[in-house]
Amino acid sequence: MVKEKIRIQFNIMSHDLVPLHEIISEKEKTELLKKYNIEPNRLPKILSTDPVSISIGAKPGQIVKIIRNSHTAKEAIAYRFVVESSI
Amino acid sequence: MERTNSITKKIGSIYFSLLSPKEIRKVSGTKVITADTYDDDGFPITMGLMDPRMGVVEPGLRCKTCGQRVGKDKCPGHFGHIDLAMPVIHVGHIRTIRDCLRSTCRECGHLLLSSKQKDEYFQELKKYEQEGKNKAPLFKQIITEARKADKCISCGREVGKIELDKPTSLRENGKKLTPSEVREWLEKIRDEDLPLLDINIKSARPEWLILTVLPVPPVTVRPSVTLQSGERSEDDLTHKLVDVIRINQRLQENRDAGAPQLIVEDLWELLQYHITTYLDNQTSGIPPARHRSGRPLKTLAQRLKGKEGRFRSNLSGKRVNFSARTVISPDPNLSINEIGVPIRIAKELTVPVRVTVHNIDWCKKIIIQKFSVNGDSNEYIPGVNYVVKDTEGMKRRIKVTEKNAENIAENLEIGSIIERQLMEGDITLFNRQPSLHRMSMMAHRVKVVPHKTFRFNLCVCPPYNADFDGDEMNLHLIQGEEAKAEAEILMKVQENILSPRFGGAIIGGIHDIISGGFLLTNKDRKIPIEDASHILAATGFEGKLPKVFTENGKRYVTGKDIFSTLLPDDLYLEFKAKTCLNCEKCTAPDCPYNAYVIIKKGILMQGTIDENSIGAFNGRILDRIIRDHGMGAGREFIDKVTRLAIAAITLFGFTTSIEDEDIPDEAKRQIEERLNKAMKKIDSLVKAYENDELESLPGRSIEETLEMEIMRETGKARDSAGEIAGKHLGLENSAVIMAKSGARGSMLNLSQMSGCVGQQAVRGERIHRGYQYRTLPHFKKNDLGASAKGFVASCYKKGLTPTEYFFHSMGGREGLVDTAVRTSRSGYMQRRLINALEDVKVESDGTVRHAGGQIIQFEYGEDGVDPSRSIAGKSVDVDRIIADIREGV
Ligand SMILES: [Mg+2]
Ligand SMILES: [Zn+2]
Ligand SMILES: [Zn+2]
Ligand SMILES: [Zn+2]
Repeated sequence: MVKEKIRIQFNIMSHDLVPLHEIISEKEKTELLKKYNIEPNRLPKILSTDPVSISIGAKPGQIVKIIRNSHTAKEAIAYRFVVESSI
Repeated sequence: MERTNSITKKIGSIYFSLLSPKEIRKVSGTKVITADTYDDDGFPITMGLMDPRMGVVEPGLRCKTCGQRVGKDKCPGHFGHIDLAMPVIHVGHIRTIRDCLRSTCRECGHLLLSSKQKDEYFQELKKYEQEGKNKAPLFKQIITEARKADKCISCGREVGKIELDKPTSLRENGKKLTPSEVREWLEKIRDEDLPLLDINIKSARPEWLILTVLPVPPVTVRPSVTLQSGERSEDDLTHKLVDVIRINQRLQENRDAGAPQLIVEDLWELLQYHITTYLDNQTSGIPPARHRSGRPLKTLAQRLKGKEGRFRSNLSGKRVNFSARTVISPDPNLSINEIGVPIRIAKELTVPVRVTVHNIDWCKKIIIQKFSVNGDSNEYIPGVNYVVKDTEGMKRRIKVTEKNAENIAENLEIGSIIERQLMEGDITLFNRQPSLHRMSMMAHRVKVVPHKTFRFNLCVCPPYNADFDGDEMNLHLIQGEEAKAEAEILMKVQENILSPRFGGAIIGGIHDIISGGFLLTNKDRKIPIEDASHILAATGFEGKLPKVFTENGKRYVTGKDIFSTLLPDDLYLEFKAKTCLNCEKCTAPDCPYNAYVIIKKGILMQGTIDENSIGAFNGRILDRIIRDHGMGAGREFIDKVTRLAIAAITLFGFTTSIEDEDIPDEAKRQIEERLNKAMKKIDSLVKAYENDELESLPGRSIEETLEMEIMRETGKARDSAGEIAGKHLGLENSAVIMAKSGARGSMLNLSQMSGCVGQQAVRGERIHRGYQYRTLPHFKKNDLGASAKGFVASCYKKGLTPTEYFFHSMGGREGLVDTAVRTSRSGYMQRRLINALEDVKVESDGTVRHAGGQIIQFEYGEDGVDPSRSIAGKSVDVDRIIADIREGV
């Protein structure tokens, strides 16, 4: 029996400089797009191959919510549209 | 106006392609064969460079191609062409040509890739297309891949090594390829391979990259000018085309006559040179073509490129009408919102006013009033320069003169437009270059003044970064009501007092205004009642006189009370003045130096008014007044402070001279002693180093340690020299008043003048370059002492020794070079930043979006706060709230 390979890698999501990323639900997505009156491709983007996307399992077409620490507002929320990478 | 009726269309897409020789000939109005322009009678030569079939420049003449005139009918001009005797390479495409040659077979024109590879790349290309990705790297990869082949797959020809000798010559295996050979080769490249070479079959064939026919631009593009002497002067492009035609003709003759190969090749080469410089006269590797006078010619590329090129100087920015430029000078009696415009300029600049039923009487009056006043009174009376009548779509501009004014006024019709001269109160935009931030262009109200300079309140100098050593500024007169309203609300000086950079005032007292405030309020200055009323009158004060007290039978008012008349009654404020010495143990509120300001109920209880109260960047009082009472009150405060402080300083008298830097002999001796001590210390450090006794600092070598120790010692020496000098420079000294109050200069400046200039440095190190092992031949080799390495022990007043002077110049030079380099570099950075951000804006929902609609930020600055409305970047001022509660306001 072949033993499963275990990748020993640092979990980037627990790094101090990586802000919290969450995939938002379809319902939240429609609400968000309505709120900003915008098509998804007008949002900032994130590659599906981005280490963060891989880590949280974000797939193209989904929207990721990012909660960052902010100098001005203490906490700032941003969204990114996950896009397919051609690489 | 005409444009409003026409339909505006949106450009769907633009695409660029090459002109084929066939197309060039098809659009050509004429073939050009003669290198001359005009014959002896001054008529353009047929088939010459000024052939009227390529359009005309003189008004009235008709174009021979379209039959229309230049101005009215708008003949745009038409291209001509020159048939080249031999093909010539186009410099602009040389890289594409090289890449085409490198990746194809000379024998059969096949792309040097296997069909499998081709298929793969086609697939890849399609994928890139779908994803909208940049295809450039892929094409690069295709070429590198094709170059790897050493034999053609289809015909087996050995692949040669293609090299490019800049600018336009190509070699295969070291043997020169003529443009004809290159063209033949490019002709062989098959259409189906072109997409892989980044060439669109629909828009170009590679052989079109080699010129066989040269388009000649229309005459309208290169008009000739007639000088006053009647002499004709041709455009640079025409000059260059003359060269091209001449050489082309000689080449043709020689070739047809069967001249030796060598001569033909030389002429061919020359033709190539002329066409290359015709396209771009700054091609590296060849000398630029010059005018007879020695000036390099401005050819096609030069017309478009760079700062003076078409894009940056005619499309991104243009010369405008209704603007004026002159030298600036100060006027403290003007409000910050105002600008003094000279009469000469006021008479030239106009505003269009449409005549309506409501204003027709006024319009009639303004047309004649200028001429109805008898004698030449010094008063400025605005008049009307032109009246524009619009009768059945035909516009007629009538100049108003003394003779016809009466008549015009009588016959003035509703619907006409009068071009009225500048009037007091008009809104204008005032600007000083470089326009680095939005405060570089602000709206001012006009005040017409005599003489020839623009005048404005000194407090507005900081945002424009203006001084009066000959600076010039521009004025733009606003033409429409909508623009006027917009400028008034958004751009007026008073709306820009608070900077969006840091949320504090950027407009406020400077220089003498601060000195004046200081003189008025420092200590318990008493001012005789007569003088006090004089000062108060300057501000237009109308209230009750401040508290008057009698001393020795004379009546006085305190300076603090005079200043308090400008403060609103609800002002409570406490802060440290600029004069604060930052004592180790601050005794505030009982500061012995009068450096703790306390304002209660709008009365200055104690403290000195200086930069920290009314200054441009950190004036606390100013800041508070704006926050509590708005921009209007802020403006009023600044205006009044200016007049009050200037009146005060004028009354007291204020001057500075070289005597202000005098210190007693005793102090000079002390300084010398202190410097000697420092020298000895340095000598002992050097000795210790030479004897290897010096202990190195952590992470430093011995040499570095020595340098650091010496630098520290020289720094300390200068500081203590300054301290000794400073002890003898008290507040009765004008220079000290200016330095301490923040008006101008610093104590360091003063200590350099009367104490010691200090260590000179180049690149942050003591000066060490110059001769072998020493800075100057005046010193021993390897001398590490203070004076041998740029320590200036003298003060500016005493004067520098020759060696000191030399070191000082070295240090000074570095400063100059630094500023020069910094400004050019930061200018370019600014340009790129502006170009990147120009169409990003905050939408009404608070998001920041690009012109394309993409969201850049979900909330402006993440907190949605406008920094110019913030309190030093924060949206809430907690300290203020606490202080107010304590005060019980
Ligand atoms: Mg200047
Ligand atoms: Zn024409
Ligand atoms: Zn071949
Ligand atoms: Zn203090």
